[in-house]
Amino acid sequence: MHIVYPAIVAAVLFSVGVYGVLARRNAILVLMSVELMLNAVNLNLVAFDVWLRDRLHGGQVLTLFTIVIAAAEVGLGLAIILLVFRNRQTIDVDALRTLREEGTAAEPVAPQPQPPEAEAAEEVAQ
Amino acid sequence: MIALAAVTILLPFLAAFGGMLLGPRLTGLLGGPRGPWTGPAIIAVAPMAVSTVLTLIIALIQWSDPGVRTGTLTYIQTGTVPIGIGLYVDGLAAVVALMVCCVALAVQVYSVTYMAHDSRYSSYAAFISLFTAAMLLVVLSGDLIVLYVGWEVMGACSYFLIGHHWEDRANSRAAVKAFLVTRLGDVGFLFGIFVLGLGAHTFSLRGVLAYHYPHATVLAGTLLLLAGVAGKSAQFPLHTWLPDAMAGPTPISALIHAATMVAAGVYVVARLFPVFVQAPATLAVLGIIASISMLGSGLAALAQNDLKRVLAYSTISQLAYMAAGLAVGARNAAIFHLLTHGAFKALLFLAAGCVITVVGSNMLPDMGGLRLAMPITFWSMTIGWAALVGIPVASGFFSKDAIIAAAQHAVFNRGEQAFGVIPTGQIPGWTAAVVYLTLLVTVAVTGAYATRAWLMTFFAEQRTKVAGHEAPRLMSWTVAVLAVPAATLGFFGLGSAELRPELRPMILALLFAAVGVGAAFMLWNRDPALDPARALGPVRTAFDRAFYVDELYDRAIVRPVRALARLVVTVDDRVVDAAVEGSGSTARRVGGALRRTEAGNPQAYVTGVLAGVAVIALMVVVFI
Repeated sequence: MHIVYPAIVAAVLFSVGVYGVLARRNAILVLMSVELMLNAVNLNLVAFDVWLRDRLHGGQVLTLFTIVIAAAEVGLGLAIILLVFRNRQTIDVDALRTLREEGTAAEPVAPQPQPPEAEAAEEVAQ
Repeated sequence: MIALAAVTILLPFLAAFGGMLLGPRLTGLLGGPRGPWTGPAIIAVAPMAVSTVLTLIIALIQWSDPGVRTGTLTYIQTGTVPIGIGLYVDGLAAVVALMVCCVALAVQVYSVTYMAHDSRYSSYAAFISLFTAAMLLVVLSGDLIVLYVGWEVMGACSYFLIGHHWEDRANSRAAVKAFLVTRLGDVGFLFGIFVLGLGAHTFSLRGVLAYHYPHATVLAGTLLLLAGVAGKSAQFPLHTWLPDAMAGPTPISALIHAATMVAAGVYVVARLFPVFVQAPATLAVLGIIASISMLGSGLAALAQNDLKRVLAYSTISQLAYMAAGLAVGARNAAIFHLLTHGAFKALLFLAAGCVITVVGSNMLPDMGGLRLAMPITFWSMTIGWAALVGIPVASGFFSKDAIIAAAQHAVFNRGEQAFGVIPTGQIPGWTAAVVYLTLLVTVAVTGAYATRAWLMTFFAEQRTKVAGHEAPRLMSWTVAVLAVPAATLGFFGLGSAELRPELRPMILALLFAAVGVGAAFMLWNRDPALDPARALGPVRTAFDRAFYVDELYDRAIVRPVRALARLVVTVDDRVVDAAVEGSGSTARRVGGALRRTEAGNPQAYVTGVLAGVAVIALMVVVFI
């Protein structure tokens, strides 16, 4: 198989991930987009490892590292998102502007105080 | 001998610090003040009295065994010409030192009463002591740089003492004016010392006096020195500070601005006279300066209403007499006049202080009729005025006559070795003629203003409501004691052929004096209640304003300098400060523009990062 196919697939995956990170408002979806980008990189690593016939299989080893790191990252990220949701009843990225510079952007619309549903939160956490 | 001279200088110097630091404690030790004799007063007067005795001893030794005595404690290496810390005593120094000590002692005693109720008496007395020490240093120093140290300390003391009552804005302004004007001359003085010292490869007085300078060097050096002399001795064009310096307490005017400090300039010329003789052009300049100062300030004194200002202008005029004497080559006559002037001008100022204390005003129109109420002051001051005018047998008669005789010799007997040591007639003939004529005319003017002030103070009716009485004993007696030398000092001149009165100049001078005195008396006699100066008519204002020299300086120097200062302030404000503050505010504004991007939206940040990566990638692709 020619290297172009996995390269293109990886590029498409990466682009989708970038788009997701930049455009989605749901923090979980942003996190998933990051995972997409990581996996695009993994795909590249594996494909080029094979194509270059690396004797030590550095690409594949690195992929394993990436997977481990990605798993850790997702765990951490989801935990943060869960806590954010518990505190603010929202995981809308646009609404989370506490760190903005004073007097630059308008105050984001305050999210409707919804009664926190434990089940929903648990589902999100999972 | 040299040790004696050193002790003479150190005593008042230590008294200055002792009086300031320990004076109040001494008052406590004595169990409270006894009358006016507080601790500071004792510390001020006692060392001064000892110094006076010591200078008397020095003068007697010098009299019985004339000659130059020098001593050098140590040399300070400067890399080029060393500075010698040493003293130089000869007849001139000894006699002037004695005069300084006597006047300073009289002033200290007088001040004990005069300043008894002053809250800053101790600092006042300490400054007088320091001043006296500095003046003695000038008189006795054996090195030009050491002389300059004393010269500058005197200037500083003068500043502090003029501004003694600094609560009044006018007084502190007068002090600043005196300081600035004399400092202007002192710059020239210092450079003159440098020129002479470097020319002779030594600053020691002995070396400088013995050295034969190239013509250009001596001309430059003496002209520069002359600037300092004109500043200190209040000669035209740097005379303007002296009348304003009368803002200080009256004893200060007597000590500093009549008898001693202003005499320092004349003394320095006399001290360095062998050098000045090498530069006839400088002596000619000195003669012209003296002529202008003499007549101008005499006329100004004629129109003043303030008794102390009359005395101030007369001081300028009399100092110009000494300068004129030096210009025509009569050093001894000039120093003789310096001594008699020290006596009678101190007397006049202290007596004026008595009058002012009693009347409560400086103004002549407020005085009058004090003759019977204040007999001691009246008779003493009469002697003082007589000496000032040059009425026979008062001291001023002899000394003034000696100067006039010398000027006459310079005009008519040119080139002759009239007085043995110093050849006269060195200055150009027309200068000598100008000096001679001005001397004579000024005698008449002096007679007129002295008579006017005398009559207006003591005769006619009493104009003040204050019941006239004699001033406190310590003051009036000091004045009476000073009247003795003012009256008799002249007879000491009879011992020297050079100072003996000569018939022709004597008659001429007496004639001119009689004209001046007579004119003033006639005018006054017509209506004793009025000011004789009214006869001056429209020129009176010009005289009163001293020919508008102050106004001229104000226009020509003060205002341009002020304008320049304002310009500098503006530039500092609008350009320098603006640049500094501008860099700050510019940085803030630019930062403010960047702040807008920090909107708190992480996705916007990431977009920026991505854009940046894209740009970098593009650059890498395009350029590499």
